[in-house]
Amino acid sequence: MSPDRVANGIGVAGSAAGAGPGAPPETEALLEIDVRVEYDGFDLQVEQSIPASGVTAVFGPSGSGKTTLLRTLLGFEALSRGRIALDGDVWLDTEGGVAAPPHRRPVGCTFQDGRLFPHLDVAGNLRYAERRSGTKVAASIAQEDVVDALDLGPLLDRRPQTLSGGERQRAALGRALLSRPRLLLLDEPLSALDRQRKEEILPYLLALHPRFGIPTLYVSHAVDEVALLADRILVLAEGRVQTFGGTVEVLEHLDLTSLTERFQAAAVLEAGVEAHDGEYRLTWLDLDGQRLSVPRIEHLAVGESARLLVRSRDVSLATERPSPTSIRNVLSGVLVALDQDESTAFAEATVDLGSHRLRARITRASAVELGLAVGLPVFALLKSVSLDTRAGR
Amino acid sequence: MELPELGPLWLSLQLAAAATAVLIVLGTPLAWWLARTRSRIKPVIEAVTALPLVLPPTVLGFYLLLLMSPRSWLGGLWVEITDTTLTFSFMGLLVASVVYSLPFMVQPLQAAFESLGRGPLEAAAALRASPIDAFLTVAAPLSLRGFLTAAVLTFAHTIGEFGVVLMVGGNIPGKTRVISIAIYEHVETLRYAEAHTLAAVLMLFAFAVLVFVYVFNRRLPVHVA
Repeated sequence: MSPDRVANGIGVAGSAAGAGPGAPPETEALLEIDVRVEYDGFDLQVEQSIPASGVTAVFGPSGSGKTTLLRTLLGFEALSRGRIALDGDVWLDTEGGVAAPPHRRPVGCTFQDGRLFPHLDVAGNLRYAERRSGTKVAASIAQEDVVDALDLGPLLDRRPQTLSGGERQRAALGRALLSRPRLLLLDEPLSALDRQRKEEILPYLLALHPRFGIPTLYVSHAVDEVALLADRILVLAEGRVQTFGGTVEVLEHLDLTSLTERFQAAAVLEAGVEAHDGEYRLTWLDLDGQRLSVPRIEHLAVGESARLLVRSRDVSLATERPSPTSIRNVLSGVLVALDQDESTAFAEATVDLGSHRLRARITRASAVELGLAVGLPVFALLKSVSLDTRAGR
Repeated sequence: MELPELGPLWLSLQLAAAATAVLIVLGTPLAWWLARTRSRIKPVIEAVTALPLVLPPTVLGFYLLLLMSPRSWLGGLWVEITDTTLTFSFMGLLVASVVYSLPFMVQPLQAAFESLGRGPLEAAAALRASPIDAFLTVAAPLSLRGFLTAAVLTFAHTIGEFGVVLMVGGNIPGKTRVISIAIYEHVETLRYAEAHTLAAVLMLFAFAVLVFVYVFNRRLPVHVA
């Protein structure tokens, strides 16, 4: 069904997680999804087994069916047909007459709008979840740990109405964790937040899976969030699975720009920390033998690996090593593909760097002027690099 | 000045309290169902619920009188079980009041439940609260204002009812002579002083109740969706 589908999606993306809960278990538990939801003018059809481990991003533009898929897993879509099973426990089997109601499914979730109970303070919201957590599958999740991991201590006696958007999402995450779910569903937890708040929450999200190890589906339409958080990606478009595979491969091969205008193609690179520079506050990284410098990464020690997100619009190409410029990061590679979009001014070039590939969005005119052709050695100039800030990874 | 007999006031208060209690028990599930159902018979049930609002009390009272008469199935059954008649008794008044005040309980509750939206209940279900659990621990506390409004309206409306009570209960002192009927009788017999006193008591009572409701409503935590 999908060309990029891989047998074990954990592979490449999971390497940054080290030997934590992201490592593949002996026999892999699966979330089996084979569902169809149809209502006025919309039709979602998803058939995909997903390893019940690590973080899987459900990615796609608005209206692609991400939230409907999530609601189907939760049991809120009365019109859903088909089969859903987690590690052999069947939640939905229309033919077999099984349809577990939402409160019988061991799923924890956060909603875009938080949905904390306004008549309870934060502590009350957490208690509400804990009291009903029932199964002791993950009873190791203690309230103190959750409060600590999400810094909820100062918020415990506050009412949801008095919290900022970011604080609300943190409390909602804590509540979902304390329901001790076997599967955590996060529905665009960052989408309602402004940029600054997003950066506040991201470290918490990144720390969540390594610390608690609950298999997570992370719904998002933001490629940078997905690149930083996910081990693998399920791409939805118009209610169908377009691609499923490891984060690095999917982002490398997928023509994200085709999904919608708003998407920006990007590549994910994994580079080792070589040295920290105290004077200029930089960190030197090693990428397949080439050097990169980025603003200092405080939490990574020499020898650890960092995940970088490079958007194609932030990459320029040159056929000779450029004379000194303010752009610090120049990588040499070989042009392996050049896709021209005749309907626009742009072309997308793919540069092979060894074990990684970069993508550059350049104008078709410059491609001609530079005489770009597949097989040509080129230099990629990186104007900007986004860093994975995952703490302790 | 001679104080009027206060018995009718106590009777009215008892009747209103009992009717409110019965209606909270009966009206809550009905309002919940109306707020959540997608059934095609919903408009019919809504219309039946609203009927007491538009019917002349005498019409409602007339049908209730027929229904409660010992010759009807309901009235007959009542006589068999309790050896008393439903008509011209306190129980008869209570049944009539429950029917008559039904919309005053159901409509505010339904509006409160509808304004909850599906969000809080889905959040509760996702935290593994069963539907009844979710109702008691999330929907009901979040609808506290709705309950208060519904209870006060029902109570006040029952205190003020006249036509239905007169049709079903008549005017038996200590049994069915509620305050509105006592006032009517005082006026009929030109005992204006007593009528004045009872009317003033009712006025003050209604005013005090409303002030209490508005103060209490303001103190309830504001619920932002």
